Amino acid sequence: MSKQKNRSASKQANSDTNQGYVQLPIVCTADNLRMLIRKRAVRVVDVRRQEDYQKEHIPTAVSLPLAKLLQDDSPEKVVEILEKLGISDSMPIVVYDDTFGALAARVAWTFQYVGHENTALLEMTFSQWKSLGLETETKPNEFPAANHSLRLNKEIFADASYIESAKGQTDKILIDSRERLNFLTEHIPEAMNIPYTMLRSNGSILRDPAELKRFMENRGIPVDSEIITYCGSVGTLSGLAYYALKLAGAKNVKLYPKSFKEWKALGKPKEEFKDANYWDLSAE
Amino acid sequence: MKKATMKEGIALPKTNPRWGLEEETENFAQKVKLFRQRKLSDDDFRRFRLQHGAYSSRLRMDYSMMRIKIPGGEVTPEQLEKIASLSEAFSIGSAHVSTRQNIQLHWVQLEDVSEVMRGLVEVGLTTREACGNTVRNVMCSPFAGTCADEAFDATPYSKAIARFFLRNTMCQNLPRKFKINFACCEKEKHSLVRIADIGLVPAIKDGARGFRVYLGGGLGAASFIGHLLEEFTPEDMLLSTCMATIRLFDRHGNRENMARNRMRYLVHETGWEKFQKMVLKERTAVQMTLAPATIKKFDVKAEEDTRQLPKAPRMTKLPMLNDQVTKSSPAYERWLHTNVLAQKQEGYFTVFVTLGAGDITASQLRVLANTIRELSVEGVARNTPQQNFAIRYVKGTDLRQFFDRLASAGLANPGALTIASAVGCSGTTSCNLAITNSHRLAKEVQKKFLELGLDTDDSLRDSTIKISGCPNSCGQHEIATIGFFGGASRVGGAMTPTYTMLLAGNASELGKAVMRVPAKRVVATILKIIELYKNERSSGETMSQWIDNVVKGQGKGTIKDAEGMKSALEQVIQLPTPEVDPDAYRDYGSDSRFNAKTARGECAA
Ligand code: SF4
Repeated sequence: MSKQKNRSASKQANSDTNQGYVQLPIVCTADNLRMLIRKRAVRVVDVRRQEDYQKEHIPTAVSLPLAKLLQDDSPEKVVEILEKLGISDSMPIVVYDDTFGALAARVAWTFQYVGHENTALLEMTFSQWKSLGLETETKPNEFPAANHSLRLNKEIFADASYIESAKGQTDKILIDSRERLNFLTEHIPEAMNIPYTMLRSNGSILRDPAELKRFMENRGIPVDSEIITYCGSVGTLSGLAYYALKLAGAKNVKLYPKSFKEWKALGKPKEEFKDANYWDLSAE
Repeated sequence: MKKATMKEGIALPKTNPRWGLEEETENFAQKVKLFRQRKLSDDDFRRFRLQHGAYSSRLRMDYSMMRIKIPGGEVTPEQLEKIASLSEAFSIGSAHVSTRQNIQLHWVQLEDVSEVMRGLVEVGLTTREACGNTVRNVMCSPFAGTCADEAFDATPYSKAIARFFLRNTMCQNLPRKFKINFACCEKEKHSLVRIADIGLVPAIKDGARGFRVYLGGGLGAASFIGHLLEEFTPEDMLLSTCMATIRLFDRHGNRENMARNRMRYLVHETGWEKFQKMVLKERTAVQMTLAPATIKKFDVKAEEDTRQLPKAPRMTKLPMLNDQVTKSSPAYERWLHTNVLAQKQEGYFTVFVTLGAGDITASQLRVLANTIRELSVEGVARNTPQQNFAIRYVKGTDLRQFFDRLASAGLANPGALTIASAVGCSGTTSCNLAITNSHRLAKEVQKKFLELGLDTDDSLRDSTIKISGCPNSCGQHEIATIGFFGGASRVGGAMTPTYTMLLAGNASELGKAVMRVPAKRVVATILKIIELYKNERSSGETMSQWIDNVVKGQGKGTIKDAEGMKSALEQVIQLPTPEVDPDAYRDYGSDSRFNAKTARGECAA
């Protein structure tokens, strides 16, 4: 936890304020969030299932299950959702889940994509929050609707045709964040593998930035290259990878939210590896 | 950090530190970068990589199999937990117990090898010299210290020898790999001392400690059984004997012919009597020149477990380990019968954890680690050459709880000490040299045997099944009652994965090749052999005795000899035509036509 504090402290040193709101770092510590909650200066978004939210959630949190967002994640619809949750343009948002940060990451990325820059991931999952004995509540929260503008941040988005056009360009790096065996079986040609399981540490959804940076260096990925992440289906695992890369200092990261599921459905080329029976090593 | 639960009478949990070195981690990362930048040649990098315990994965130079040495087979719960998290982060979410007491992580990206090493160093472990032409992991019987027949506990000796030779300049560039195995006693079932370059059995003569030393054994394309150096080698000559042997091998071993450069060939070509004299002479030379500083580096005392383990409580009723069980016995009773042994320490038991060909998931490792902490008074695990774990010093009164814990993680399969616990090397799941999927086949055998309840049949209990994916014997097929090694042959006009079946191998005699069996007929063939045995046995004869007799040409029933066995099995190995059943011509885990592909071996044995 102490490492985490340092991480956000350094980020916050150069954070500016907008309408009195603080600008959040990529990852928000539990302490920081509790302080913001006390000041009523944050919107906490719980992306677990509705039933889980109803049982118990972090104080002041609103509920936005990932599945609900994915029903229609067109930018217009997302802005409508933000407005309904009472979120205005510069209000800080902290997102959390109970799925090692992957669902939260996908939601946070979507908010940033429609222009809500001031969005952070909670450093831990809800279970970890609870296991530390931090406060929770059961009453559902609703806030008066707000106005939110739509300013698409196209820089962080990639689709299949964009990936096709990036083929062969060495300064564009494609990262597959699925687990190793899925990656070995098939992946988009030229992709590198950084399994999402590499990204977390004990008690935190993302490792220390220095470690994440070292992983990139080991793979020879320069921080100033353009990086596109994808995963198996809806951009959750790759959403987490997106934030891990940002945390490691990568400037230009894009998410391919429709990921390998769409790629395959479109009949695009795949790289396969069939000369080893690696699945038979699995003990499950 | 979890706190180790305090156990009565034990101040501190046992640790297993200082095998790994931090600087090797950084060094490895640097070398990978140089290699990627083409500033390091393929050959130089390969040598370096192997020296540090990373093989290239099957047909993919960009992935590694990392072999974690477990010297003496002893591993702490903290180390198991670390291996669990490293396997999740950088490998495939499971770890694999090898037949030489290593724990292997497969399909690690080359760029992450240094990260895995970093994690291992944190808990004291290393992959250094787990591969390459070095002294490999030093093995010790999982029974050492608990065996009723042993002269003394060989464990601290095995660890002291391992530590002495690790990074030792005298064995950084041997003609070939070098294997040292310690047994608990001469009677040890499935002992590996006679198939090692140096095999050692504790012995006592006139009240003094020493060893019976076997030299020049080993399995492979040509296998040999080790020779006894002398009746008794006193304890204070253990080090000089090992050093002398390694020095001779280093000086005279064949560095030209990759296929004949293990020490057993040197012994064979020199002739045992001459080699024996050379060793004794060299030992005298070593002893005269041994510097006190060198002797100090061989520190058995430092490896000893000095903790006083408390006596186990007296039980009013002992667990019924020896009761007859059947397939329909309650799961716990069946497990007791096939997975638990009494120790020489009264009231204590050793629990064997059944794995499938050595595979265990990260979450299972965590459950195991916690169970050890809470229910093993010794507080460590041993991995076994049968690719299982042995957890010792479990009180009889805790066995039920132990079982329940294992069951909660899917680890309570019976059969660990029986024929059902089939051994299988990695085969085509990750090995460059593999022709067949021996790993999966071993799991298939186990699954079928447990389903049929063959683990409960005591007449099969002393038989073993071991499977290698090529003639290289990592699966130790030559010392199995029924052993198999993989190959490819034309059957009915189609290339087909097949296994050469060997019969009647054991700790001191190698199995004899009898016939080839298509991969998909192996399970049926073994079952047929069991059926034949049941029909043919004389009273009281176990299956391994029956097979021994048959192979020696002394069968008392209708099957007289190996030829007879072969004819009796002719029917069961037949395949339908490829048109009728194309699957019969494919290997396990594959849905396409069989195609034997291999790449340059890095001697994965
Ligand atoms: S070299 Fe052969 S025996 Fe050894 S692991 Fe590979 S397939 Fe198995």
